[in-house]
Amino acid sequence: MTVFSFAFYMFAVITVTAGLMVTLSRNPVHSVLWLILAFLSTSGLFVLLGAEFVAMLLVIVYVGAVAVLFLFVVMMLDIDFAALKGELARYMPLGLLIGVVLLMQVAIGVGVWQVADGAEGLRQAVAPAPSEIENTRALGMLIYDRYFLLFQLAGLILLVAMIGAIVLTLRHRKDVKRQNVLQQMWRDPAKAMELKDVKPGQGL
Amino acid sequence: MTSADFQTLLPEIALAAYAMIALIVAVYTGKDKLAATLVWATAGLFVALALYIGGTGEGERTVFSGLFTDDPFARFAKVTILISAAAVLVMSQDYMTRRELLRFEYPVLAVLAVIGMMVMVSSADLITLYMGLELQSLSLYVVASLRRDSARSSEAGLKYFVLGALSSGLLLYGASLVYGYAGTTQFAGILTTVQDGVPLGLLFGLVFMLAGLAFKVSAAPFHMWTPDVYEGSPTPVTAFFATAPKVAAMALIARLVQDAFGGIPGQWGQVLAALSVASMFLGAVAAIGQRDIKRLMAYSSIAHMGYALIGLCVGTAYGVQATLIYMAIYVTMNVGTFAFILSMERDGRPVSDIAGLNQFAKKEPLKALAMLVLLFSLAGVPPMVGFFGKFYVLKAAVDAGWVWLAVAGAIASVIGAFYYLRVVYFMYFGAEQEPVDSRMAPVQWAMLVGVAAIMVLGVINLFGIEPAAAIAAEALVR
Repeated sequence: MTVFSFAFYMFAVITVTAGLMVTLSRNPVHSVLWLILAFLSTSGLFVLLGAEFVAMLLVIVYVGAVAVLFLFVVMMLDIDFAALKGELARYMPLGLLIGVVLLMQVAIGVGVWQVADGAEGLRQAVAPAPSEIENTRALGMLIYDRYFLLFQLAGLILLVAMIGAIVLTLRHRKDVKRQNVLQQMWRDPAKAMELKDVKPGQGL
Repeated sequence: MTSADFQTLLPEIALAAYAMIALIVAVYTGKDKLAATLVWATAGLFVALALYIGGTGEGERTVFSGLFTDDPFARFAKVTILISAAAVLVMSQDYMTRRELLRFEYPVLAVLAVIGMMVMVSSADLITLYMGLELQSLSLYVVASLRRDSARSSEAGLKYFVLGALSSGLLLYGASLVYGYAGTTQFAGILTTVQDGVPLGLLFGLVFMLAGLAFKVSAAPFHMWTPDVYEGSPTPVTAFFATAPKVAAMALIARLVQDAFGGIPGQWGQVLAALSVASMFLGAVAAIGQRDIKRLMAYSSIAHMGYALIGLCVGTAYGVQATLIYMAIYVTMNVGTFAFILSMERDGRPVSDIAGLNQFAKKEPLKALAMLVLLFSLAGVPPMVGFFGKFYVLKAAVDAGWVWLAVAGAIASVIGAFYYLRVVYFMYFGAEQEPVDSRMAPVQWAMLVGVAAIMVLGVINLFGIEPAAAIAAEALVR
């Protein structure tokens, strides 16, 4: 076994195990930690494929930002995951049965898997081999030139997601007092305040 | 990327720019006070773009390195989508304003959904297909739960979202299998690779993709979400769901099977035929017990999708033409019917109970007559235009040798006629009771009566859509 294949199997096994543990662990915080492990070992797989830029992105963006965000969300939300899982357990036998049937069907499909004659050539035509071109340049050519349209469409989809989140959740409550900084700053002390000289024994 | 690329994409770019400008202007100025103006401006832009696309577009071009195509088929579908979306927007404005539902995001989301639909019908690549579909679906999930204080509306949005995500997953899995076999995501590339001898893995991919798309057109057995979503969403949104997205998804199926899998018609033909028969019968039978007119229209749309699929599964140019004509007629009928459903109310609250229509003809004879024409047309009763839609698809099936499918379609349409005629019966001869009020804005009245007139007058030459649909179909089926 070469170092390469040893590294591949190590990363692959860790990814699959961590993925399983994400769904199986009872504590949601542990799930997120397992998820981070899955991300890290996937980035190892990317390095083995020669896609070092994607590997770095995965570590920086997913592990560095997304997973940490997940962690915060999981800790902030007061969701009883155990109760949700209890609900899930009722449907477990049927779900497992359907899952097994699906898995067997997919196994049949993959078992007789074939690739069209010219497929490899067509694949190469879009994404050249990593030895010919640096990662970042290849990605840039794809995202900002060849697939420019798709990049912009993805932007529109994100815009929809943003509008949707605001439409469905933002509420302007009228019965809440809000701070108006400008109003506070423009207040005139002469009008807002009055000094009275109160004589002893008389009151106001 | 050249200027020709952007030239071809001009309508979509114009819509996207409009959506962003409208959003910013509305946020910084009047907010919801601007909403009614925005609705009319949006509808105006839709109609202008429909005229631009229909008037100036010519030839066939595939741009953005094979991602996006512009041909007569795409243009026919786009014009249908734009005009029906404009009609639904203007007739919903009054309803939404009165019920304080009209928020300025609604027209913006409708524009974004329409961009998605236009990308769908023009897609020449699996990735473009998916991007267009998601842009459209995500906008629709949001507008489904627009009435966020209502549990029904939120339920509709959530249900639509979860099942839509599942169907997107199926579609993507299928697309990945197809890519794995063909080595390319471009339809043209898949067409050359997939000719004869279909391996099982590719067939899996094809079936998964068709299942995902069948969900989007709500063809049985992927129809479960339709009645609940139609019933729970605000009525104008339901009207929107029942028109433009259906055309887009149906055109997308036609494009996928013809452009990418045109070499193996036998493989997808049987899948589409099964979907078609199941939808026609389920739509016809399950609608009989319905008491709510929005649910009735949901089952009606399922049945109509079954008929439209007949034209696609025969795989001939005439079949595609029949489907295009069918979809154009279907959206026109739905615009008219929903114009009426929008106006149904009792004590100022919207109602959708069919029993409320009892004796309606005595109260409003003209509206009842218009609805009679529309319901006859939906049922496919001969003098109306709706009959010609069914006639074209059934003729396409017989011409291509799918006689059993045509017979099944005819039987299902007889069963389905029952529940349309039942509504007519209630309106004219129903039990004595106080019928619903029908308060209509001038636009809704114009839509209802105009569409009813189209359903009668259209028998002369179908307003010339037949040659346009023929050119569109010729461009797609080679």
